[in-house]
Amino acid sequence: MTSPDAAPAAPGVALQIEGLRKSFGATEVLKGIDLSVATHEVVCLIGASGSGKSTLLRCTNLLEQIDSGRIVLFGEEITSDDIDENLVRRQVGIVFQSYNLFPHMNVLRNVTLAPIRALGTDKARAEDEARSLLERFGLADKETEYPDRLSGGQQQRVAIVRALAMHPRLMLLDEVTSALDPELVSEVLDVIRELATAGMTMVIATHEMGFARDIASRVCFLEDGYIVEQAPPAELFTAPKDERTQRFLRRIISAGRL
Amino acid sequence: MTWLGRHGPRRSKADVPREEAAQFLVPGGPLAGSIGGAPQASGFGPLGRRSRLLSSGRRGVAISTTSTVVFVGAVVAIFLLAPGSAAVRHSFLSPEHMWQAFLGNPSKGYYSVGAAIWLNIRMFLAAEVIILILGLVVAVVRQSVGPVLFPLRIVSTIYVDVFRGVPLLLVVYVLGFGVPALSLGFLSKQSAAVYGVTALVLSYSAYVSEVYRAGLNSVHQSQVAAARSLGLSQWNSLRFVILPQAIRNIVPALLNDFISLQKDTALVGVLGAIEASEAAQIYASTTFNYSSFVVAAALFLILTIPLARFTDHLILRDRNRRLAGSK
Repeated sequence: MTSPDAAPAAPGVALQIEGLRKSFGATEVLKGIDLSVATHEVVCLIGASGSGKSTLLRCTNLLEQIDSGRIVLFGEEITSDDIDENLVRRQVGIVFQSYNLFPHMNVLRNVTLAPIRALGTDKARAEDEARSLLERFGLADKETEYPDRLSGGQQQRVAIVRALAMHPRLMLLDEVTSALDPELVSEVLDVIRELATAGMTMVIATHEMGFARDIASRVCFLEDGYIVEQAPPAELFTAPKDERTQRFLRRIISAGRL
Repeated sequence: MTWLGRHGPRRSKADVPREEAAQFLVPGGPLAGSIGGAPQASGFGPLGRRSRLLSSGRRGVAISTTSTVVFVGAVVAIFLLAPGSAAVRHSFLSPEHMWQAFLGNPSKGYYSVGAAIWLNIRMFLAAEVIILILGLVVAVVRQSVGPVLFPLRIVSTIYVDVFRGVPLLLVVYVLGFGVPALSLGFLSKQSAAVYGVTALVLSYSAYVSEVYRAGLNSVHQSQVAAARSLGLSQWNSLRFVILPQAIRNIVPALLNDFISLQKDTALVGVLGAIEASEAAQIYASTTFNYSSFVVAAALFLILTIPLARFTDHLILRDRNRRLAGSK
């Protein structure tokens, strides 16, 4: 991933996934996924637990090795053998359901570790950048705290800041509000809204249907390892075409989640 | 890893009354203070758990004090009233002999136990540094996944299996008597202490590598995922994210092994190195008084107890630092 500018293919396409398959042992989790994400687009992945949303995100960040298919990121195929996965990951931020902050480091070090060690940013500059990011997301007074001392919402915001500190060109959010107490969900969603407004390209796996409807430029419904249906939220939530999507949304509605 | 944040506060709610009771058990102690002040602490560490289990308020303290006094009194009484008590006290606890054994007197054919412990200390320090490094290397190799390292993984596994299974004393004998007999020039001309330290290193590195491995396994996979997803290399993830957490988790176990190592330096005495227990043995066989063994035992205690307190200190400092929310 030396010079993204030189990439000839498909201007405006951030992420292109073709025929992606992934199995864990005998279980095939992704059975041929095709997905294209334009720059500045916000794509939400919805679907029941186990439908493959998380695996899809983890494959995109090369945390899982794919079995077949290809992933093209800003014009470069990142699933070829000779790619440096560390260089890819520096461009793709991922935020996990369980925050995964480093518990032995305070907030500032959590945020600056990767810029210093992976990008070679000097410490003072990395800390300045980290502070301004923390301030932007209402965490200015937390920089010396350890993750143990923060609420779930604060931890998740720190995790988002930590990913942003690497200046990613694509953000992957993996059910980032699922582990939060209900009253803490909105503070994290507000952060994501702000990112969307700022033009960040994002792929978001979520169970928050209202949020997806609100923020997504496109919603993909996954079931059983396939993208069953994708459409702008207004369309998908009000007039789903596929019978499986309709069934899923009926269940969601009867559970009071939409 | 129950102290990884989100489990802590939830569990502590139910535990608060018992935590307060625990303060009576360690009045004024730093443990009592931090538990009372920060209930979130309860999820962490053996200290918190132990005090909770033992606590039963003021009445408990009174009972435990009484029973301790009764027990110690009974043991002392049995010792003093035993038919052979006077003879044992003379053979093992003679202040005169203790002092002589401590000082040593080469003209009378025995060495100073007090000076000999210095050899134990040097052997221990040399061995510990090498063990910490070698044990880590073996553990990391065994935990590696790449096919390139497969032969090394096999070698490490065999090494650990062999040296954990063979009694240390036999390793000391084999190295201490076998290597000199090989007449391999430089290699065969080392002092007994060098062979002894080598034997300690071989045996203990196998143990310590398993402790490290347990530590590495105790760090959740999601931490690896988080580190790698930020673009950190495998080495940097290990160095900055995995190892610091792993080592924090195993400090008590490591220190425990090192206390054991300090004692086991005594085994090098079988090669003729004049370390404390060997010097005590020589004193005993020269004077037919065993008080020298008590001196050696006391010296070993003086070495090991500070290490134990140091472990407690490290655990407490780490916990306070994270819970205080400051550097």
